[in-house]
Amino acid sequence: MVKKPFISIGVIGIQGAVSEHIAMMQKVFVDADVDGSVSAVSKKEELQKIQGLILPGGESTTISRFLKSNDLLDEIRRRVQEGSLAIMGTCAGCVLLAKKILDTHANVHLLQLMDIEVKRNAFGRQRESFEESVTIDEWKDPFPAVFIRAPVITAVGKDCKVLAKSQNDTIMVEQDTMLAITFHPELTDDTRIHSYFLSKIQSMNEKKI
Amino acid sequence: MGFGTMEKIDLKKLMHGTVLLKKGFAKMQKGGVVMDVTNAEQASIAEKSGAVAVMALERVPADIRKYGGVARMADPGVIQEIMDTVSIPVMAKARIGHFAEALALQSIGVDMIDESEVLTPADPFYHINKHKFTIPFVCGCRNLGEAVRRIWEGAAMIRTKGEAGTGNIIEAIRHQRMVNCMIFELKTATDDKISELVEEYSQSYVNAYQTLTNITPTQNTRVFDDFTLETIKEEMFDVIKEIQKLQRLPVVNFAAGGIATPADAAIMMQLGSDGVFVGSGIFKSTNPTQRAKAIVEAVAHYDDASVIAEVSKNLGDAMVGIDIDEIPKEQRLQERGW
Repeated sequence: MVKKPFISIGVIGIQGAVSEHIAMMQKVFVDADVDGSVSAVSKKEELQKIQGLILPGGESTTISRFLKSNDLLDEIRRRVQEGSLAIMGTCAGCVLLAKKILDTHANVHLLQLMDIEVKRNAFGRQRESFEESVTIDEWKDPFPAVFIRAPVITAVGKDCKVLAKSQNDTIMVEQDTMLAITFHPELTDDTRIHSYFLSKIQSMNEKKI
Repeated sequence: MGFGTMEKIDLKKLMHGTVLLKKGFAKMQKGGVVMDVTNAEQASIAEKSGAVAVMALERVPADIRKYGGVARMADPGVIQEIMDTVSIPVMAKARIGHFAEALALQSIGVDMIDESEVLTPADPFYHINKHKFTIPFVCGCRNLGEAVRRIWEGAAMIRTKGEAGTGNIIEAIRHQRMVNCMIFELKTATDDKISELVEEYSQSYVNAYQTLTNITPTQNTRVFDDFTLETIKEEMFDVIKEIQKLQRLPVVNFAAGGIATPADAAIMMQLGSDGVFVGSGIFKSTNPTQRAKAIVEAVAHYDDASVIAEVSKNLGDAMVGIDIDEIPKEQRLQERGW
């Protein structure tokens, strides 16, 4: 049997649900019998060795300030555009991936990598936060989605594929090697979205070879 | 842990106010700085400086100390104005045990309530039953016993009490070390030892009941809302077992009470805090914006000494600060709550 190549994943480790993503990704590596490492990254040099990057939930204003001040915005953009970095953003991370933000308080520097438009805190404040069982693409079982002061994706471009909706709101979209998710899979026990992200990294790597 | 109301809902429907949502909200604050603000203008400065959330209150703790009198929940009109001004979460303080203040804060839509010893306690016997709320609570603690009681009562986040309004870090460090050392002790604790701790930690509910009735409660006596002493002990045992297994608190744990400088924030992070609350430290200093930004940087890069040194340069005067020994024990805010 041919050994699967080593996969290295980073989680932007500035603020928010960082350890939860790391723990879940580690579990996915074990379950998939893939050799890999996942660690928090906050410096430009740390981006070099990774093939997958997770932008966690947290405060989008806070996280984006750091991406900018630590000079990470351009480097992340460059790597994704050259096709050597797959990226997944959850909640605040989803906001950062967007091309445009529908918001009067736009203290946020966007990566603008995905052809989507988002509205922050679209459902309201914390008391409006909710859990809902949602259907993702053609996946067999529903996914326990946790929405915390969540954004929604208000518009998608033609290169995007909508993977999930809550009522009429778009909540999960993919575009090439990128995944934008408005909820928090890292807060549940369900590893399927993280497994799916791993498979996206693997197919990106195969294309490169 | 099962606490009625939320569980029996059809999965197809939306579920609000669950334990997962409350604890999840707190997790989104990790690695961040929550700043005390008294008006919309300060809130805006905090947001621009990189705060993950703001804490709305009438007076910062240093002024509560200075002016004395009864400190209460802030004016909901001012809180509303702050909520309308910033897009980051807005937290607000309610007095210990004052569930009507907490309900009022919930109804205007604050994102988290701090049941805080910085305000004058309202109930001499009980803290708020936080399970009854749909929004999450943060509570202060001085030691593991207080942390376990608050977590059992439904707090989604714990912070050190420290000694608010002093600009003196010593009490926050004391409280963090008290918690850390006990958690380490738990590592090798037998179930019998944990049962002993449960007896000790549940004693304050017994004491309250005895004071109120002059009767010693039995295991079946309801000593806190609808909870019998037996239920409290069983569930507290589970909370402690979880702490033993995780080797940390099972909820997000912030530092608070006396943080005035970037290095103060960094030492608390090094000691295991997940983030920090800064009260008087920012808006009682000579250059709030720069200090706010510096503390945010310090929390994000707490293990990089060169960053701490860099952001600490030319910050101007920190708040003046008070030596703990100058504050008589009965005037220390941390003595409030039990």
